[in-house]
Amino acid sequence: MKQNIKFVQGNEACVEGALYAGLDFFAGYPITPSTEIMEHLSERLPIKKGKFIQMEDEIASMCAIIGASLTGKKVMTATSGPGFSLKQEALGYAIMAEIPCVVVNVQRGGPSTGNPTHVSQGDVNQARWGTHGDHAIVAMTASTIQDIFEVTIQAFNIAETYRTPVILLFDEIIGHMREKLILPEPGKIPLVERLRTSVKSGIDYHPYLQREDGRLPMSDFGEQHRYNVTGLFHDMWGFPSTKPKIVHGLLRHLNDKITNYAETKPICMYKEFYLEGAEIILISYGSSARSVLHTVKNRQAAGEKIGFIELQTLWPFPYNIIKKKCANARHVIVVEMNMGQMIRAVKNAVEDPKKVFLINRIDGLLITVSDIRNILRMLQGKGV
Amino acid sequence: MAFKDYIRERFFPHIWCPGCGHGMVLKGMLKAVEKLGINKSNIVMVSGIGCSSRITGYVDSHTLHTIHGRALAFATGVKLSRPELCLIVPMGDGDALAIGGNHFIHACRRNINMTAIIMNNQIYGMTGGQYSPLSGVGKYASTAPYSTIENKFDIAKLAEASGASFVARTTTYHMREMIDTLCMAIKHKGFSVVEIFSQCPTYFGRKNKLKTPADMLNYFKNNTAKIGSEAKKKNPELIERGVFINKKMPEYCEEYDKIIKKANNTLTNTEV
Ligand SMILES: Cc1ncc(C[n+]2csc(CCOP(=O)(O)OP(=O)(O)O)c2C)c(N)n1
Ligand code: SF4
Ligand SMILES: [Mg+2]
Repeated sequence: MKQNIKFVQGNEACVEGALYAGLDFFAGYPITPSTEIMEHLSERLPIKKGKFIQMEDEIASMCAIIGASLTGKKVMTATSGPGFSLKQEALGYAIMAEIPCVVVNVQRGGPSTGNPTHVSQGDVNQARWGTHGDHAIVAMTASTIQDIFEVTIQAFNIAETYRTPVILLFDEIIGHMREKLILPEPGKIPLVERLRTSVKSGIDYHPYLQREDGRLPMSDFGEQHRYNVTGLFHDMWGFPSTKPKIVHGLLRHLNDKITNYAETKPICMYKEFYLEGAEIILISYGSSARSVLHTVKNRQAAGEKIGFIELQTLWPFPYNIIKKKCANARHVIVVEMNMGQMIRAVKNAVEDPKKVFLINRIDGLLITVSDIRNILRMLQGKGV
Repeated sequence: MAFKDYIRERFFPHIWCPGCGHGMVLKGMLKAVEKLGINKSNIVMVSGIGCSSRITGYVDSHTLHTIHGRALAFATGVKLSRPELCLIVPMGDGDALAIGGNHFIHACRRNINMTAIIMNNQIYGMTGGQYSPLSGVGKYASTAPYSTIENKFDIAKLAEASGASFVARTTTYHMREMIDTLCMAIKHKGFSVVEIFSQCPTYFGRKNKLKTPADMLNYFKNNTAKIGSEAKKKNPELIERGVFINKKMPEYCEEYDKIIKKANNTLTNTEV
């Protein structure tokens, strides 16, 4: 069979993944290095009768996709650091009201306007804790163009399954880099469609009454069931409540529905290389994972006992999996382009945090193979 | 359908203070919807945060109670996604014009078919009576103990300049006029703005020598006049009520449909 192969940027692969997953509505506001996503969608969505709108800012974009999702559509917005900051309040609303949506953040250097055209992985903790209040969140990333495509599809599947926003935390290098993308036939990758209520019209529908498995069958706005959606704590009808039992129950539900599945598919995604007998394990994600993989492959070939875990899901963090996999390693080295954000989770996960080291770079340039080699040589007592 | 059938009785009693004007707006809004005979399942009501914004919860339609100031952005997502639905967006004056001012002017500019209702009580009711961009110079508020020095917006002029195709003003004193105006606004194809003066006796009234709800209603009666009326000519200080703008203009969702056709090369000659 003839394969559909393209040579595309990461941002285009994200667009392809979203369309493959069934995206019907996009709202956004331009910002480097994510803008190509909205430019491509402005062309592609009308062709499939989808809706594209350039809103007045990132807050409005986030709000618009939530509104569209309530009508039963698959929705997405895309931005970078400053815009991601603006989206935080509405992101929390989507968490509270349990609205499926996908939010892309192609990271650039920050804080503030920062380093718009250069790479960084500085928003990892913002993705986790950016919006106020206790909450769980799913944030995913990728290190190749093919993976961007596939992770984007999974982001939609997870958003629909768990009725939650999913954050795609790409970075400038991976967003702008070009690589081969093989587009699978439609239907090859399974898609999750929204779980809709089977309650008939005229019968009392409880939009926020969970099934036993924690899922909430939804009714689209515009259909027969009329109900209230709010960012306040609410009862099973979606009506505001301050009753301690309801507040407690809802907050627990919002956390449990994600964290209970933190270590299983589809939420938990990672790749592992050469972990068997590894004395040193590197952990990385996004574009830095490319330099790590290169280093590890070369050293394996030279007979070193060195392994690599590439995180694709950053949040929720798979603490037990990382603990188990790193149990026998002498050193665990986190490679990331920030001041050490993911390393905190890794230190929390492993038995002995003192064996965890950071290799980082924060100057807007991609972490290189020689950056990694220099630190490894120091750890191995070989001098730089 | 009787107007009571549009109410969600389960959610009563409401949260508003005795004498608050927001309940009167609720009644006017439901009367208008009843008069127009719109199916409840075709109505989506979207509001922000404030005493005013709690209005959506009491209506048996699809209701979306969002975050402060952003109701119109949420509503834009709903409408563009399902253009056949009737969107009504009640907001407070602070909600619509302070924190939500940017979304307001852009929704006007797009002329997207929905009805924005601004329940203007000239104060932030929900947070305890701070001044709003609609309070006006010389008014007292919990953050203006020596009176405000800030000029207020003229909502009608702002909406008109921003591109809204229907703009009107009325008050809770003028119930019948309110219902008729809302009927026109909801029927109008395009972005409709209806400013409704609504009383907040608890904060605005108490701080501005209008002690009772009745004092406030009388204030609306005595300080407003119909557009172009004799009363207005005699006393230019009076605030005008009525329909300022009512014109046909390209509507956003219809224009978007043309974009879909353009993208698929199916635009007919008459649509070009
Ligand atoms: C982002 C944000 N800022 C501030 C608030 C607090 N807040 C809630 S309602 C409100 C003002 C309400 O005034 P208005 O919109 O005029 O409605 P009213 O209560 O007068 O009807 C404020 C400041 C909030 N909820 N969210
Ligand atoms: S505080 Fe004012 S606006 Fe709020 S309910 Fe009371 S009277 Fe109405
Ligand atoms: Mg107000």
